[in-house]
Amino acid sequence: MIEIINLWKSFNGHQVLKNLNLTINKGETMVIIGCSGCGKSVLLKHIVGLLRPDLGQVFIDNQDTARLGEKEFNRLRLKIGMLFQGAALFDSLSVGENVGFILREHTDLDGLTIAKRVRESLELMGLKGIEQLMPSELSGGMKKRVGLARAICARPDIILYDEPTTGIDPVRADAINTLIRRLHDKLEVTSIAVTHDMVSAYKIADRISMLYQGRIVESGTPKQIKSSANAVVKQFISGAAQGPITD
Amino acid sequence: MKKYFDRLGERFLAFLYYAGGIALLGARSIKGIFTSPLKRRQIVAQMNKIGIDSFSIVFLCSLFTGIVLVFNSAYELQKLGAKEFIAPLVALSMCRELGPVFTALIIAGRAGASISAELGTMKVTEQIDALETMATNPVNYLAVPRLIALLVMLPILTIYADFIGILGGYVVAVWKLAIPSSMYIRSTFDALILKDVFSGLLKSIIFGGIICTVSCYQGINAEGGAEGVGKATTLAVVVSFILIISADCLFTAFFYFV
Repeated sequence: MIEIINLWKSFNGHQVLKNLNLTINKGETMVIIGCSGCGKSVLLKHIVGLLRPDLGQVFIDNQDTARLGEKEFNRLRLKIGMLFQGAALFDSLSVGENVGFILREHTDLDGLTIAKRVRESLELMGLKGIEQLMPSELSGGMKKRVGLARAICARPDIILYDEPTTGIDPVRADAINTLIRRLHDKLEVTSIAVTHDMVSAYKIADRISMLYQGRIVESGTPKQIKSSANAVVKQFISGAAQGPITD
Repeated sequence: MKKYFDRLGERFLAFLYYAGGIALLGARSIKGIFTSPLKRRQIVAQMNKIGIDSFSIVFLCSLFTGIVLVFNSAYELQKLGAKEFIAPLVALSMCRELGPVFTALIIAGRAGASISAELGTMKVTEQIDALETMATNPVNYLAVPRLIALLVMLPILTIYADFIGILGGYVVAVWKLAIPSSMYIRSTFDALILKDVFSGLLKSIIFGGIICTVSCYQGINAEGGAEGVGKATTLAVVVSFILIISADCLFTAFFYFV
């Protein structure tokens, strides 16, 4: 379980997160929606420890991440996989080396076992025989899938998705959504995705939370969100220019 | 007036933050050499990229430096009938000063810029964040192999530059100024003592540390897309140049008295 309590974060005097509270239950897929620049990625970075809170706490499996030292946090990070918005594949490494990176760096597995795990992870993404390719030879959609293969290669308990469908066409986006759903069902992981793509949110979410002005203004199942009476949520999901969302 | 002092204070704090950041990265990288598992493949790749690929440019610059040094010193020394001092002048200048400093400046421009641009691109495309999320310390993974490569390759390149510079001087002195070959070689060896070569090598190790730390710091802290990477690369080269020249001044004074 992931529990975020009274989280505050500011950058150069600009308050991004204000007293944010959120609980993500074990095994569920939580989608956080919100406008561009509202702090969705900042929230994800707090969960994985790329950012530290100004105030507040982030608990992962009942461990307060703010109290963990580098080594302990790294142990915890091995249970978390993350898909970055631009996939963030290492340019200097091949696809196979990218996917198997975490196993090579943090396990004693031999080369053959790692190669097998890499192949399995890529096959789960519908990719075969591309281990030798370099990231520069891949299309945007393939990069995302390789990024996803890298995120799941160490069999994490938690997967974080930062804008999983941004920058790819609707057909490929739907394929990514299906993959995320399939991973959730097959690996039984806890997933957190941040997106402003409502099609994606409805397809993959068990629950959706709306982030607005630094705090969660509404949480519920996709059905509850669709019928929400909250003016901010209504405007966001309908994509209307007129309404309370002005910034 | 208050505004002026406020701005002055802000700049001073920014400078302290910057200098502190570089010092901290340097300290972490040195610690990383002894505490993190060494990545041989990456170290060899960096040695190749930073060192082996730089031999040709170091060759050209050192050769021409040696030649120019002979012409310029001969211009005045010939008038005094002191041509025999050309060889010691070239040897000492190359080993104590020009070899280490020119090589460091070449590597700062070539490899330092490349390190900063590569790491900067990794930063703005979230590859460094990805490293951290995979429980991998970016300093140990990125800076340590580059630091080891520079600490090994810069002294080697410096010795090479010293040799080529002296060789360039020899060619001109023997063929154009009619200084006997045996006299030039003997004067060179008579003039050089071990301390001259070692002081140059010690300088090159310090310069290697400066280039790596500054370039890695600029790269790892790059922000704002392509423009940010460009800015980081420029700053890496400029700051490295300034620090190399300053450190050289300090060490030259130190070795003069020691």
